[in-house]
Amino acid sequence: MSSDPIPTPLPRRPHAAGAQPEEITGAAAVVRTLELLGVDDIFGLPGGAILPVYDPLMDSTEVRHILVRHEQGAGHAAEGYAASSGRLGVCIATSGPGATNLVTAIADAYMDSVPLLAITGQVFSTLMGTDAFQEADIVGITMPVTKHSFLVKDAKDIPSTIAAAAHIATTGRPGPVLVDITKDAQQATAPFIWPPKIDLPGYRPVTKAHGKQVQAAAQLFVEAKKPVLYVGGGVIRAKASDELLELAERTGAPVVTTLMARGAFPDSHRQQLGMPGMHGTVPAVLALQESDLIVALGARFDDRVTGKAELFAPNAKVVHVDVDPAEISKIRLADVPIVGDAKDVIVDLTAAYLSAATETTPDIADWWTYLNGLREEFPLGYAPTTDGLLAPQYVIQRIGEITGPEGVYASGVGQHQMWAAQFINYERPNSWLNSGGAGTMGYSVPAAMGAKVAEPDRDVWAIDGDGCFQMTNQELATCAINNIPIKVAVINNSSLGMVRQWQTLFYDGRYSNTDLNTGHDTIRVPDFVKLAEAYGCLGIRVTKEEEVDAAIKLALETNDRPVVIDFVVSADAMVWPMVPQGVSNSYVQYARDHSPAFEEEI
Amino acid sequence: MSTHVLSLLVEDKPGLLTRVAGLFARRGFNIESLAVGVSEIDGLSRITVVVDVDTLPLEQVTKQLNKLVNVIKIVELDPAQSVQREHLLIKVRVDNTTRSQVLEAVNLFRARVVDVSTDALVIEVTGDSGKTTAFLRVLEPYGIKEIAQSGLLAIGRGSKSISERVFKN
Repeated sequence: MSSDPIPTPLPRRPHAAGAQPEEITGAAAVVRTLELLGVDDIFGLPGGAILPVYDPLMDSTEVRHILVRHEQGAGHAAEGYAASSGRLGVCIATSGPGATNLVTAIADAYMDSVPLLAITGQVFSTLMGTDAFQEADIVGITMPVTKHSFLVKDAKDIPSTIAAAAHIATTGRPGPVLVDITKDAQQATAPFIWPPKIDLPGYRPVTKAHGKQVQAAAQLFVEAKKPVLYVGGGVIRAKASDELLELAERTGAPVVTTLMARGAFPDSHRQQLGMPGMHGTVPAVLALQESDLIVALGARFDDRVTGKAELFAPNAKVVHVDVDPAEISKIRLADVPIVGDAKDVIVDLTAAYLSAATETTPDIADWWTYLNGLREEFPLGYAPTTDGLLAPQYVIQRIGEITGPEGVYASGVGQHQMWAAQFINYERPNSWLNSGGAGTMGYSVPAAMGAKVAEPDRDVWAIDGDGCFQMTNQELATCAINNIPIKVAVINNSSLGMVRQWQTLFYDGRYSNTDLNTGHDTIRVPDFVKLAEAYGCLGIRVTKEEEVDAAIKLALETNDRPVVIDFVVSADAMVWPMVPQGVSNSYVQYARDHSPAFEEEI
Repeated sequence: MSTHVLSLLVEDKPGLLTRVAGLFARRGFNIESLAVGVSEIDGLSRITVVVDVDTLPLEQVTKQLNKLVNVIKIVELDPAQSVQREHLLIKVRVDNTTRSQVLEAVNLFRARVVDVSTDALVIEVTGDSGKTTAFLRVLEPYGIKEIAQSGLLAIGRGSKSISERVFKN
């Protein structure tokens, strides 16, 4: 991320002109600080301990507050807002359960490095520690899942603390920051001083890389016979896609984009091999596994990418670029560690590569012959269903094809997430939003809502599962009432599909507690079409392939209310390819027919 | 596994110790000893922590600690290049026949008696862990009733200070 001291748009001019700073309440200071930081939209739900802030918030013409139905929705909406636009996402909640309801979203933002500011009310400072009504130690609770957290007990500290929080959230490796403000601090008055003094002596993110290391990386790169660019979500957070394209084209190296990096490099590009990992494409998985040089850019060698880490890419040297030094050599020892902002480092690396290539001529033609062979032999695909129900992959593919690359796609977690990562072509960064690290079911609807608020001119899809959808669909009310016309595609296989897939493969088809009774031939509780209608949305049910396109088109044309399409799909469809957990990526299974080890279990 | 002594210069903020201790617990590292106190700079505290890890995980600990916003500086103190001490208060059982033997041990170890009663002595001893362990072993046969032990304290040898490395100007 950039090292700008203040996040996103330029700060607006302070209201208080003149020599004497204006004396305002802490609550008013919260609102004014957000305005001055350039925050346009926040998501929240009021309660006793944050009530003072909601009063001046009502009068703000610059900050739009969107009233959610559950605080988790506020958190994910702020995440979707941030992830789709690259701006700071802001959510607000009251003390106690209001604050704890934010925790899942905060943890999610921590895992996926989303710049998130969470503001919570706290009970009166005099009551803290007494188990007061709606008291929870939210600073303590969120310590392991925030980049930093603050407790404010004095009105005069509010502007500087919120500004510091926004600074920490958006710089270096972005992440969630929580500011907990006691009710007495909100009620008290203090002079409002802007810009505030931000004093963070222990916070100095490194963004500019070490020149020598970049040279060393470039040297390895030109010498490599089997290089691969392993692109992670950091490239998207650093807004470095253009620089990546340049590096890729100058080096001619193959590119794999992780789940978090889908869209960082165009899927239509001939050097794109797709997503690596447990459900990655065969060429992407094997490109990493058999490479002699991995250039990791903003990626963190997650276990879902590496498989069994000790067996991952045994012959590869590793150049690891990350803005967070703690990620380097955490899982895989880096031969060349480079701490820095991906955007700057990639530019330097491209230059260094070109200069090194004048001495050593890179030769990766054989590598490409091999990889192209894999691409030809193992393209992404899926088998038709045998039960007459829709193939979920087909539905998702059509959504992507009809909506196009300018759309935004926010998925939940599970099979539909993997298919959405595989079968939609992403051409631009920030078009694909999902809960990658935390794997938070229920992310999709509120994240899509946040994305639609941030990017109102884009078509925003929530690609959701029937399980995930039931966790956070209350935000359809928020969408309907606030004119946020998202489109929800419920990929309804009537079950917790990914768990069911594992039960099929590894538990002899014993389907323990995965049937949700929402789909074909069930009592349909709930009936998603009726549920959509109850929430003031357009509800459509699709059961046949010939209805798919028309429903998608109708959804795209309907912008006066949200749309929910209940795509009734086969429960037997599985996500392929797959690397079973805990083994080497060399054992990637292209499809079930190509998996002799599994056949014995059936 | 081997022990490493880390010295942390941190902002004196509420919850700081929780952040540091929580990080160790969360990432699966063992704290062997911990000592917290003021530093030479107002508003900054110094934490000395002894951790038992291999070199590579140690690098992870250090990097993760460095990410804590309130942590300003971390140095690893090499035993050869630093003075390392721990402080012990020991209540040991004595009677008329053993008192003089215990006092002799106290003198030998250059410890001090800080409280005397008819059937017990409270002894303070300062030293590296080799010395304190040896002293405890000597006292053990007489009956140790109670021990209070500080975490290890450590400071680099020579004229340089940890804060000088941070605030060069």
